[in-house]
Amino acid sequence: MKVNRRKFVQGTAATVAAGMFGSSAWAADEPINVASIHDLSGGLDIYGKPMVDALTLAVEEANAAGGLLGRQIKLINYDTQSNMQLYTQFAQQAALKDKVAVVHGGITSASREVIRPVLDKFKTLYFYNTQYEGGVCDRNQFDTGVTPAQTVEKLVPHAMKKWGKKVYVVAADYNYGQITSQWVKKYVTENGGEVSSIDFFPLDVTNFGPTISKIQAAKPDFVWSALVGGAHISFYRQWAAAGMRKSIPMASTTFAVGNEHIVLSPDECNGMLVCYNYFQDLKNKTNEAFVTAFHKRFGADYPNVTELAMGTYQGFQLWAEGVKKAKSIDRMKVIEALETGISIDAPSGKVTIDPATHHCVLDVHIAEVSDKKLKVLEDFAQQKPSDTAAVCDLIKNPTDNQQYVIKI
Amino acid sequence: MDFVVLLAIQVLYAVASLALISVGLAIIFGMMRVINLAHGEFLMLGGYAAIVATSNGVNIWIAMLVVAPLVVGLIGIVVEMTIIRFLYGRMVDTMLATWGLSLFLVGLTTAIFGNTTVGISAPLGSFQIGAYRTSGYTLFVIAVAVVLMAGIFAVLRFTRLGLIARGTMQNANMAAALGVNPPRVYAVTFGIGAALSGLAGAVLAPVSGVFPTIGVAYVAKSFITVIGGGAAILSGTVSASVLFGTINQIATFLTTPVFGEVALLAAAIVLIRLLPQGITGRFFRRGL
Amino acid sequence: MNARTLNILGLGLVGIVGIAFLILTPRFAELDTVLELTVYMIMAVLSLSLALIWGYGGILCFGQSAFFGLGAYTYAIAMFNIGESTVPFLLAIALPAAFAALLGYFVFYGRISDVYLGVITLTVTLILFNSINSTAGPEFHIGAARLGGFNGIPGIPALNYPGNKAAAVDLEGMFYLSTAALLVTYFGLRLLLASRFGRIIVGIRENERRAELLGYDPRAYKLVTFTIGGALAGFAGCLFANWGNFVSPTIFGLAQSAQIIIWVIVGGRGTLIGPIIGCIGIQWLTTALGANQPSGSDWWTKLLANAPFIFGVILIAFVLLVPKGLVPTFGDFGQWLLRARTRRVAAASLEPKQAEEG
Repeated sequence: MKVNRRKFVQGTAATVAAGMFGSSAWAADEPINVASIHDLSGGLDIYGKPMVDALTLAVEEANAAGGLLGRQIKLINYDTQSNMQLYTQFAQQAALKDKVAVVHGGITSASREVIRPVLDKFKTLYFYNTQYEGGVCDRNQFDTGVTPAQTVEKLVPHAMKKWGKKVYVVAADYNYGQITSQWVKKYVTENGGEVSSIDFFPLDVTNFGPTISKIQAAKPDFVWSALVGGAHISFYRQWAAAGMRKSIPMASTTFAVGNEHIVLSPDECNGMLVCYNYFQDLKNKTNEAFVTAFHKRFGADYPNVTELAMGTYQGFQLWAEGVKKAKSIDRMKVIEALETGISIDAPSGKVTIDPATHHCVLDVHIAEVSDKKLKVLEDFAQQKPSDTAAVCDLIKNPTDNQQYVIKI
Repeated sequence: MDFVVLLAIQVLYAVASLALISVGLAIIFGMMRVINLAHGEFLMLGGYAAIVATSNGVNIWIAMLVVAPLVVGLIGIVVEMTIIRFLYGRMVDTMLATWGLSLFLVGLTTAIFGNTTVGISAPLGSFQIGAYRTSGYTLFVIAVAVVLMAGIFAVLRFTRLGLIARGTMQNANMAAALGVNPPRVYAVTFGIGAALSGLAGAVLAPVSGVFPTIGVAYVAKSFITVIGGGAAILSGTVSASVLFGTINQIATFLTTPVFGEVALLAAAIVLIRLLPQGITGRFFRRGL
Repeated sequence: MNARTLNILGLGLVGIVGIAFLILTPRFAELDTVLELTVYMIMAVLSLSLALIWGYGGILCFGQSAFFGLGAYTYAIAMFNIGESTVPFLLAIALPAAFAALLGYFVFYGRISDVYLGVITLTVTLILFNSINSTAGPEFHIGAARLGGFNGIPGIPALNYPGNKAAAVDLEGMFYLSTAALLVTYFGLRLLLASRFGRIIVGIRENERRAELLGYDPRAYKLVTFTIGGALAGFAGCLFANWGNFVSPTIFGLAQSAQIIIWVIVGGRGTLIGPIIGCIGIQWLTTALGANQPSGSDWWTKLLANAPFIFGVILIAFVLLVPKGLVPTFGDFGQWLLRARTRRVAAASLEPKQAEEG
């Protein structure tokens, strides 16, 4: 082994990867390593914790059912402490030291763009399981979260029909908020409405007093929130305290992802509209079985299985399905198997990989916040990731590798 | 017109909250020349104390105005006796130790309470100003700040405790020679400073919610207010809060919250450059 | 053995260990270890920049990350616009240095010192953090480089051999470069501190008034020290942008600034090897804490895997128990041992040496 090592290091990343999978292929009894890279401490852990819990459950279920290809799965858990440097470090470790078959991880778009090139370089399959702004086109990556064309497109007309045509947008000041608010503007205009203003807030802003006054001066029919994170919860609180909840309603594609509807009192957020792929109260057999299993594992008082947690759970299951079909954990074989358009019957309904974009075709639902619960109002079956599809075709250009900023 | 009134209330609120979050730090700095970098975490603990008490059935006003300052004040005394006491006269080392304490408290509260934002709804409802509505709680925060400043003034000016405090502040050795016991004064001072921070954290909890890392949002601002204000506890805090709060809020109104923050920080740098001893190093010298 | 020979021995030892480490590591370590060591080396250069200005210059800078981040951002922006790395590399050192000089002029000639200096530097880095953080919109770009706000700038092209665009430095090359950078920085600073200039800045740290009365202008010396520190931090930032191929505003954040101070305090102010050891040790601990996430859910296991908690305990413990930092404390201990031995020898030979020792 030592004789080889000099060459091993000098070689290009590709040969590193080849050697890596070569050496793990013969070890049939060894467990399959799967890496989880999420923030479990620091400011973003309200999102990371449920994601890792869901992934843990998915792995345990797979192991209880005999593992994959007759091998057990070992989940290697990395906590990035909401620190970007650690994303690079742990992605490197997962690829080179643990020689994992797949990495599930990344929460913000920023962390994804840190992990993605590292895993491309070291040829390690990557699943990004968060709802995001859309547009990533990379054959090494699969995206199991919803994108604006799947949710914003549905929620905008629904809310406009209910409340009126004039919209005020408040959004988190980073990639996600910037792009999502552009989508909101596009769909509002297409539906004959008007966006009176878009305000952006850095993730650590907690004083929304001036903004609330500005909104009152603009007199919109409803407010669209794309606010993100713990600090931004104070917007909803200050909004309700100013007595605005009853006079101007609100719609959002970020609210409740961090369990905001449980943290806030019903008085502060009842009646708000949201749109996601998954809600814990969805009525179908797979979901009921899942919720029972989840509560059995993590306690019946677990507040709520979030959209991001379900994305991660489904991401793991899609990958496992791909491995079963490929009969191998080899990266290219699994990618090719997934590109046949694999489907799973998931708690959120049928989820299918779209071969051209590596995103998912899935069900979405509009729900209303009602006494700490999310009450489903309307269902939309099998929505395609049409935003990313407009710019990305991995069947035609398999070597494409970038995040498109979609022109609106 | 009604918009101007609304704007005035917002500015007053910004000034009041700045004064509230800074006054505990100012007392500790003014009396002991200790820069307490765990100050933000004292505010955070105040918020948690109020919320835990409320969810255990304590009346919300008692939880905010009595329980929170008591709990955090006691924590402050413990901190003084176990850490700060050994570092008097080593300003930089106290900064570093309290920085460590800040990380320690963040870790500890994360392990105990988890990271989810918790909060209590703001009581008092809302009221109408012309065409606009705003929260009644805003007025309450302003009132608390005014009462608190008046109270501190009264204590410093008219009581024996205040006399001892002012004496120790001006010349600790002289005070000791006159029979004051400095260690006890310091422990009490640190406890009072911590208690006031706990009170501020509790009063602001219904507005911004509480999570373990919220201290970071507070500490830089209160730090700057105290240094900008200079050594005099009361006039320093008030004058710096008025200056920075107004700049911040007006800039936020005209542009975005980011430029509001940047304007505040930039104003602080210019101020320290012009008045290295803070506002009270030049003006209101005879103030408290 | 007198202090001088000890000193030379120590230098030689560091040199030999450093060069051996540089040559041998890629031969025997796995690639992921090499990559991890690369970032440790880069951070150690950053740690040295503060070791110089705080440990020797006595300038309490809470915002060293400002120069580090500026270096990284400058490199990234220049690289997207120029494409060949020589100029971006030089800019990434020159710009932070110029910024440090400007800020230094402002504070030192304004006679701002102590905590006020700490507050100003901290504020500066927070302003940079806030400003860069709010540049997510497409309207914020410098030439071909989008600033990217909170997300930062991903996919930064790597350094190339000077003049040859196509010959990018590979991963192993990055390790050699970073380790060599650390060694050069270390020995360069040793030389600087042994020079007249070095003695003067230490003299100023010890007693500013005295140095001034002896005819030295402390403001000018502090300004130069601060500028060198800024240049070094910028250099480290440039290497860091190369290592991860990305840069984001967290590089300016409070956590990053805190880290640098902790490295120096743990390793020891007033030494150079100490901050290197402190930096590598703490970095290693951070990685180890994040990588060993326990699956249990007892609150005390969570506490022990909780990075802020552990760092808090370390920082408090060091300030209270080992205020000088590891290296000086070991140094004191070594000297005590040495002196104890000399005393024993002296006592055994029954010679009255007391007069000489005092």
